[in-house]
Amino acid sequence: MNAVSSPSGPQTIELTGGVDLVSGRRLEHVVVTYETFGTLDEYAANAVLVCHALSGDAHVATGPDRFGEEQPGWWDPVVGPGKAIDTEKYFVICANVLGGCSGTTGPGSADPVTKTPYGLRFPLVTVEDMVDVQITLLDHLGVERLACVAGGSMGGMQALALARRYPERVASVAAIATTWRLAAQAIAFNEVGRTAILGDPTFADGDYYEHGQPSHGLAVARMIGHITYLSDDSMRDKFGRRLRDRVEHAFEFVTEFEVESYLAYQGRKFVERFDANTYLYMTKAMDYFDLSAQHGSLADALAEVRARFLVLSFSSDWLFPTYQARELVDALKAADAEVSFAEIESPYGHDAFLLEPEQQRRYLEPFLARVVAEERGRAAPAGSAAHGRGGDGR
Amino acid sequence: MTAADLLRSDLRLITEMVPPGSRVLDLGCGDGSLMAHLRDEKGCTVRGVDLSPEDIASALARGLSVVQIDLDEGLTGYRDDSFDFVVLSQTLQVVRRPAFVVREMLRVGCHGIVTFPNFGHWRVRGYLALRGRMPVSRSIPFTWYDTPNIHHTTITDFREFVTANGAVIEREVPLATSGWAGSARPVRVWPNLLADTAVALVKRA
Repeated sequence: MNAVSSPSGPQTIELTGGVDLVSGRRLEHVVVTYETFGTLDEYAANAVLVCHALSGDAHVATGPDRFGEEQPGWWDPVVGPGKAIDTEKYFVICANVLGGCSGTTGPGSADPVTKTPYGLRFPLVTVEDMVDVQITLLDHLGVERLACVAGGSMGGMQALALARRYPERVASVAAIATTWRLAAQAIAFNEVGRTAILGDPTFADGDYYEHGQPSHGLAVARMIGHITYLSDDSMRDKFGRRLRDRVEHAFEFVTEFEVESYLAYQGRKFVERFDANTYLYMTKAMDYFDLSAQHGSLADALAEVRARFLVLSFSSDWLFPTYQARELVDALKAADAEVSFAEIESPYGHDAFLLEPEQQRRYLEPFLARVVAEERGRAAPAGSAAHGRGGDGR
Repeated sequence: MTAADLLRSDLRLITEMVPPGSRVLDLGCGDGSLMAHLRDEKGCTVRGVDLSPEDIASALARGLSVVQIDLDEGLTGYRDDSFDFVVLSQTLQVVRRPAFVVREMLRVGCHGIVTFPNFGHWRVRGYLALRGRMPVSRSIPFTWYDTPNIHHTTITDFREFVTANGAVIEREVPLATSGWAGSARPVRVWPNLLADTAVALVKRA
């Protein structure tokens, strides 16, 4: 696909042929919203798919939004011109996931039969379904093979699922602050968030699109989410026990502590941009995700992968702790895959994948540069590129 | 100058011990120069382990796969006998559990190649004997209070250590080196006195 301006701004395609879901159900009409940054090179060897996390969207880096206004992306410190995922060198694609609420078909979309929003009649989607839709998008974009699929948190789960489901279509995986399946603690937090939404009186079994969404429940879910994205250290540093706009306790149930004010603000802001039903669907998809499903062990499940892996975890991430990344790395080792791993020292908890661009760059930049060079060597006509055989001066 | 000339002298010897096409795991692989050499010059399949972020990044730039693990916690994940050679170069003396590390090496690999500075070298002995101070030399360049080397050994002690851990030495090459990238010549007489470095090829007994 040529002559795409960079960045593309939001683009929308309809997937003709529908989507068969892992659950056995089928969606006839699926629309995907995506954005691209940079240009696909002559060998189509520099495509990088970035997958977003729970609350993300297609707008991964700075570019025009749907009103044509320049806006920073959700992974701006990592993706952009001259950044670790360099949009001057790579063709970066990011799509809103299936079930999302930022332009791709989800529970808030109109059911083509009833012409009203699906609500809870929308089928449950899995991380694998999200990946299937992204692959169909890549077909549409003429991207046969990715140099890399990268993502943090739920984005990392998609990256892992893609490498397993489509081993021929991806040369490398950057799985960051993620896990191969949620532990009980992470499922527990998701369930508390869902309970807050489902118990909100305005939820109306998910059919709230007429009268407005369950803002209180969604805000509470987001507040809980934010607690799990931070760490004891980062909260102590950021807020301590400081009071907001007062010096003494009010002896009333009002927002007093800085940390309360922060959570309330995050909750309010989230409600303005995110759909409560999508929150339910995304958290369920994460809870269901298990890379080892239908296999005796994780190593068995990974036996067919071909990609080279870079797995990064963060020392203070207690939502998807380093031990889970190590389990993944150990299984990749046992499966004889090419895997590199590092734990990044950071106080920022799970959020570190958004807040530690330089530490991620240290690994991502050389990893990507090398993979793309090899992909070019692979795609280039034989004899035109001598790759990977340096240092021999005889 | 060939790529091998740029390798540390003990690493050069390792490349000679490893047949083409071998599967090699390099423990404490640093920036990956040995791995890259084995891959590019000998067609080996290579994997690495290191702790340093800088070194892992350098290895990634060479297209190598390196995992950050603490050797003292073992080589989890790697299957038994999944490598032909496991290299432990100038690293034995820095680990907390040398015996465990060597057993793990020989669990995942058929052969182990261990290189270490020889604490029995005459300079080291002389330093301690004549000056009465902890030895600092070219191959052991640290003061006692900031050294990462917590388990020094001599060639004689190493032989005993290998036997005690259910392994045998297949080949032992004591070396007298002159500088990291400089020349190294094998020592034929009184190795424990005249060699400052040793390279040993070991396997399970």
